[in-house]
Amino acid sequence: MMKDTFKLGGKEFSSRFILGSGKYSLELIKAAVENAGAEIITLAVRRTNTKDTENILDYIPDYVTLLPNTSGARTAQEAVRIARMARELGCGNFVKIEIMKDSKYLLPDNVETVKATQILADEGFVVLPYMYPDLYTARELQEAGAVAVMPLASPIGSNKGLATREFIQILIDEIDLPIIVDAGIGKPSQACEAMEMGAAAIMSNTAIATARDIPAMAGAFKDAIIAGRKAYLAGLGRVLERGAEASDPLTGFLRD
Amino acid sequence: MIKINGEEIMLTEIPLTRYLQENGYDPRRIAVECNENIVPKSQFETFILHSGDVVEIVSFVGGG
Repeated sequence: MMKDTFKLGGKEFSSRFILGSGKYSLELIKAAVENAGAEIITLAVRRTNTKDTENILDYIPDYVTLLPNTSGARTAQEAVRIARMARELGCGNFVKIEIMKDSKYLLPDNVETVKATQILADEGFVVLPYMYPDLYTARELQEAGAVAVMPLASPIGSNKGLATREFIQILIDEIDLPIIVDAGIGKPSQACEAMEMGAAAIMSNTAIATARDIPAMAGAFKDAIIAGRKAYLAGLGRVLERGAEASDPLTGFLRD
Repeated sequence: MIKINGEEIMLTEIPLTRYLQENGYDPRRIAVECNENIVPKSQFETFILHSGDVVEIVSFVGGG
């Protein structure tokens, strides 16, 4: 069987689980990474005032690709500045664009996100924009040079699952880029469902970070994502509009 | 006065490396922006902060 991988910015990944590193204690990150089998991990960039002796990079294995986000940005220009600082930190040129103006619902600003994608793709970044699942925006992001599109499933950190299911399906069907479902996936079953729909990968953070047993939940998500991917490749069985259909042979038996 | 990470520092001029050293920063783990432009690591040694500069010193933290 051919290896089932997907590519982002010239790099090949076999794990379809992108793990967020927020809300964990540093020691737990390592366990989560190992149990998740993640090859991509997101990070944030923040002011460093203190003389922290611990650095998150010490807990992430070298083979993992780092995907810094631009959280905290309210405009395209701020996202661009954060992305440039992230690249200067010397861990590659991947960036997840995340631009929010609203702090109640934390919804991404699609217009600013397209602008930032254009600028950063032109500067040679591997750009993965986080977005509200809208077909026209996804097309603009593709034209601007995004290597993938990251639609939200439900509000960040809510664990509410695939609230935008129908619209994510449209992106999967219409956009010729990996669709990575990001934000709001709360359970392994929801991650599995998104993969069955044809998502290229799942990005999750809060569902794992807020679980009672973090490493075990990371493992559960890993298995669910693999199962969903297999089901997608296998092709789901059809759904009847109404009625029933026997799966047993319909030849007579006991009665003539 | 130099503004570093939102804090006003009463200095008119200081070499960047000296500021970083005195404040215990590990240059390998930080990025520096001055007046919205990146200061490349290769320029840390020669870069001087002046009064009026607005500086950001950042590193990676956990995030989604």
